[in-house]
Amino acid sequence: MPREITYREALREGLDEELAYDDNVIIIGEEVAEYNGAYKVTEGLWKKWGDKRIIDAPISEAGFIGMGIGASMLGIRPVMELMFFSFAYVAFDQMMNNAATCRYMSGGLINVPIVVRGPANGGTNVGATHSHTPENIFANMPGLKVVTPSDAHDAKGLIKSAIRDNDPVYFMESTVLYGMTGTVPSNDEIEGGELLVPIGKAKVKREGSDLTLIAHGRAVVTCLAAAEILAEKHHINAEVLDLRSIRPLDEEAIMASVRKTHRAICVEENKPFCGVGAQISSMIMEQAFDDLDAPVLRITSADAPAFYSPPIEKLQLPNPDEIVARALSIC
Amino acid sequence: MASKTANQSTVPFADAPINQSLTAADKIELLRQMIRIRRFEQTSLKHYHNGSIGGFLHLYIGQESVAVGSISLLGEHDHVITAYRDHGHALAVGMGMNECMAELFGKATGCSKGKGGSMHYFAPDKNYWGGHGIVGGQTPLGAGLAFGVKYKGLKGCCLCYLGDGAINQGAFHEALNLASLWSLPVIYIIENNGYSMGTSQARSSAFPKEGLAARAEGYNMDWDKIDGVSLYEIRAGVQKAVERAHEHCRPTIIEILTYRHKGHSVADANAEKYRTKEEIQEYMNKHDPIEFWKNTLIAEGVISEDDYKTINKEAGAEADAAAEFAIKSPYPDESEIFDDIYWEVDNNTEAGRSGRHFFHG
Repeated sequence: MPREITYREALREGLDEELAYDDNVIIIGEEVAEYNGAYKVTEGLWKKWGDKRIIDAPISEAGFIGMGIGASMLGIRPVMELMFFSFAYVAFDQMMNNAATCRYMSGGLINVPIVVRGPANGGTNVGATHSHTPENIFANMPGLKVVTPSDAHDAKGLIKSAIRDNDPVYFMESTVLYGMTGTVPSNDEIEGGELLVPIGKAKVKREGSDLTLIAHGRAVVTCLAAAEILAEKHHINAEVLDLRSIRPLDEEAIMASVRKTHRAICVEENKPFCGVGAQISSMIMEQAFDDLDAPVLRITSADAPAFYSPPIEKLQLPNPDEIVARALSIC
Repeated sequence: MASKTANQSTVPFADAPINQSLTAADKIELLRQMIRIRRFEQTSLKHYHNGSIGGFLHLYIGQESVAVGSISLLGEHDHVITAYRDHGHALAVGMGMNECMAELFGKATGCSKGKGGSMHYFAPDKNYWGGHGIVGGQTPLGAGLAFGVKYKGLKGCCLCYLGDGAINQGAFHEALNLASLWSLPVIYIIENNGYSMGTSQARSSAFPKEGLAARAEGYNMDWDKIDGVSLYEIRAGVQKAVERAHEHCRPTIIEILTYRHKGHSVADANAEKYRTKEEIQEYMNKHDPIEFWKNTLIAEGVISEDDYKTINKEAGAEADAAAEFAIKSPYPDESEIFDDIYWEVDNNTEAGRSGRHFFHG
């Protein structure tokens, strides 16, 4: 039976299934075991799987992520939780140099099947240090994969695929999405008996004909709300394309949608400079220029560090009204 | 820095069981390995100067005993990882001169197909995990290799080498904490050549009077300090740490005093400015580990001066042949630029075929 479960529960199910699927899967992170996870994603897993598989790490991101990279070279499949993806910055050398380049520099002799996961979002009034959205930064590095599920279904299906992937996958979640429910099929109704969402395949979340809203992560939810407003109040039928992963990027799905609607807005919670939308709009310009009826627009977070003050921070992030206004400017 | 002179005895260390078990042939093989490393690097230096080798070349000359002595102790489930001064460890684990030399020349026949260069040798089939360019960056990986060994329930360890300049990197301290906290069978070997590039130990590190490795006490970890001139001393000392790792799954830090005859890299223009010529000469003449081992073996009646000359000549010929091999080898093809980035793409899996993995400006 399809079930309504939260994004958090979906992630946990995915992790739990992979722990059962492969003895080499382990979870390491701050507070993931006895504390049950700072955001309760791993709740109950330590009790079920024990000390060997679910390991509380000291506050030492460079150390434990680097350690996970070393272990992954020997075939362990570590799933490392960053309490906030912002903390990746203290593990940057390990995540950029060691995880991403060992395969290349060894001429393909080594692979690093590690997953680093955690929330990468603003909007929760925790100030600039805890609100980074580094998907564009990590997607800049060949050798890495960047995955950004926007709903419960994909959170489960993509975390399972990420863990089975033989390359390093940086899996960026959202604390705002953790409590959101979505429909997730139970395994007995899926052919093959489990939910695996392939990395690199975008998903049309809402069919439309007038405009494509291209988004990832929580911005998908924002775009779906905007699309409803556009339909109800302005008779504009917007398509919402959820990228699901930034690298690899489903270029075909982007171009197919743009060729259908002839208009595109890239929406993301990233900062604007070299954001994901910058890459995508450039690709659209090159590959689908003749199909466009309007310039490709980009909507991002405000180009400033995250503002603490709750009402102001809200204004920094993309919101449905802003998307509607920008859509009206090109439709 | 080393303190023993080439004609001092290390009899107590020679008496250690691990050294008593060495046959004459074993001892000669250790000498041969050190000489092979030196001749390999002398040959590479020549070709660096004639422009055949690009980038950096961090030579190990003077430090050969450290890699050869410690790696000679390892077995099937023991692993090695090091920093960028990695040629010695590579040859000591059994990598061939040909693929190592060809890598320096940037050729397709190199151990990393020309993609890694001098600082990035790898041979996972020999439990050799690099060759890492960022100072200290390999130290958490060393803990991870040890974690992997332990997780799989194997009796093994990881020797993780670093220079004395690396001991001040944060990643190293995080790795030490994890190694002790989680009882990982990792042995950190600080190859103390006295200089953090051009900055002396006195100007770069604060440490207890007992030495750099004594910082281990802060992490509730065992440590040792070894004079790197003598293979006997290195083997006796490192063996204790290997046993600790194998039998008790506990980490160790070992400081091995050594000296690099050359600069930080060949590009180090100040190699004779931050160190006096007299100091360098002193170490070359009186503390050279190959000379020391040679004299030890002659004193033991294991080899003659002529045997030494033969080994040296053979190693030189092997290095020259490796250079010839490298020169004759083709450069990698441009088409290989996008190979070896993603396992899934290389193996043409469904995951490797989904979505665009590579972007073009």
